[in-house]
Amino acid sequence: MTLDLLREHGTPLERQVFTWKDLVREPISKLDDEAFTRVRLIVAGAVEQAAVRFQHAAVSFGAEHRILLADLRRVEHHQATLLRWLQPADQSPLESSIAVAQAAVEVGAQVARCEPDPYVAQALRLGLLEDFDHLYRLAALMDRLEGRDANAILQSYTDIRPGRPTAAQHRAPEDDLRRWYDRSATAPATKLHARIAGALAYQARDHYLDVGPTFADPVARQLYAELASVKEQHVTQCESLVDPNETWLEKWLLHEAAEVHVYWGCLCSESNPRVRAVWDRFLAYELEHLRIVRELFEKTEMRDASEVVPAVLSEPLAFAGERAFIREVLASEVELGAAGTEFVPRDAESRATQSYRAQLARDGSPSETVAADYRWSPGTELADPRIRDASILPPPLKATGT
Amino acid sequence: MNRAPRPTDLALNRTGIYLSPTDGPAMVEGAREAPSSPGCTRALAEVRRQYAGEVGVIGHMPAPASLQVVENAGAAVLRRHRVHLLLDKLGERLAFERTGVRLFDALIAKLEAQGSWDRGPSLATLAQFRAEEAHHFALLQDVLINLGADPTAVTPSADLAGVELAGIVQVVSDPRTTLPQALHAHLVAELVDSASWELLVDLADDFGESSLAHKLREPLAHELRHRDTITTWLKRHAALVAGGALKYGA
Repeated sequence: MTLDLLREHGTPLERQVFTWKDLVREPISKLDDEAFTRVRLIVAGAVEQAAVRFQHAAVSFGAEHRILLADLRRVEHHQATLLRWLQPADQSPLESSIAVAQAAVEVGAQVARCEPDPYVAQALRLGLLEDFDHLYRLAALMDRLEGRDANAILQSYTDIRPGRPTAAQHRAPEDDLRRWYDRSATAPATKLHARIAGALAYQARDHYLDVGPTFADPVARQLYAELASVKEQHVTQCESLVDPNETWLEKWLLHEAAEVHVYWGCLCSESNPRVRAVWDRFLAYELEHLRIVRELFEKTEMRDASEVVPAVLSEPLAFAGERAFIREVLASEVELGAAGTEFVPRDAESRATQSYRAQLARDGSPSETVAADYRWSPGTELADPRIRDASILPPPLKATGT
Repeated sequence: MNRAPRPTDLALNRTGIYLSPTDGPAMVEGAREAPSSPGCTRALAEVRRQYAGEVGVIGHMPAPASLQVVENAGAAVLRRHRVHLLLDKLGERLAFERTGVRLFDALIAKLEAQGSWDRGPSLATLAQFRAEEAHHFALLQDVLINLGADPTAVTPSADLAGVELAGIVQVVSDPRTTLPQALHAHLVAELVDSASWELLVDLADDFGESSLAHKLREPLAHELRHRDTITTWLKRHAALVAGGALKYGA
């Protein structure tokens, strides 16, 4: 299956319009819709937000074409709105976090598995095992705070078990920076993967920052602060993979191509007909955005856009469970860390990272606290009689005789 | 009721593990094989205990709008505390009644959209209950002003009432919920509301404010009727479904 980016026609910009009713549709069903329908909404929303952020930044750095940027940005904003508003109101903030983590794990795993550049693939796998652990900690929080099962959201696609412990993910800022790919030598797929992974990391960072303070429980508030911090690291890592020598028009082109890639994958795999119609419509929007930016790029930079983005997308994102790949990575790379731009065994991490990590954990580690001795079991850990019947009271104080 | 399908109709609810004959056992096996995170399960309780010992309260009572409260309360510290308790609880009821009006607005819209059932809620009854909630709100506003308090101030208990009611507002205002589902959520509000009015009347009596207690007895009677009526509607609905007269269960 392929998508010809040069020949496919999109929807003319003047017909990319919305109404408030159109933006606020009947949401998906938390109970009945497939987990990957929710994941697709999160991933597509993330790349839309990334495009909007980029287009704002382009203006603030004095870019030309302000009117075109504003036109496209307004459409991207409304696309992001429509996607976000398809999430249902009976989905709690914590359930949304479970879904965000599942999106990071499953789509992160897919792009890592398909990534042709070994170094970039290694970086993506590093992030993958960390997101995987976040899911385990959030599931523990959901069970222990609300008495609910994260698997009702995950629908058995994604394992709930420890990954690289969150407490071991905190690294000094210089150890989150990676070598950037070479814009003139690297495969277009690598450029798209770095952007999709970056968009997902940014989205999770913002989500944890927004949702964390809505909790009353101090452990929940701490855990979200910790997860947001790791996601900030992941944003740093993903950004650093991108060649800073790319021109801003080149970057814009790649953002639009990443959106096309994601929407195409969504359209090819969607099970909900109502949501599928949205993917169909938004893919047509993005093909037009890509065409407009491609023409602008070729006119301005006097070079062929196919030097930057592929003329044809050869394989859509599958949005399917990646259990086997994740377990394989878990078995072989859980002990990995990073020092500078290199991946090293955790015991070879830098002194800066060790000191940074020790400082943060000086008053305790929220991710360790929330999941202490936690093992997921269908429904709840309380399904295990040893846990259900265990005393929750502290041991009685011993009499001292005085 | 004119919407179909209904929530109790069978469809593909994907939340249970038994729906995934391959992935479900794989999940269980994966979790069983993996080590759990180190530490003792008491760790979470320890952090909660530590924070509870360090943090302050959600907020405090506002200063009185006039000196009347202080004058009424006299000099005794104990009496001042009792006044603040009474004002806090009056503020809580005021907040609850204000939201109660809006809950009935949403219930009326839902009934208009979906219809009712035999001896179920009618528009006239819902409108009457709404009017009573609005009347209670106005009454409490007058009571607070007469006591020299500011009825627009959010007291600590009023703030928490808003948090308590948040889930009920979500259920009732969601266009996807049915009238019985929304009434069930609203019953939670009415159960708390009736018990809280009882508490308020007792408090006014204990405080020696017999005329205030007398004023509060009428809203209490209304709220007990709201609670009992909604319970009856829901029981009737369940009986009709059980008897096969209604084809939907929720």
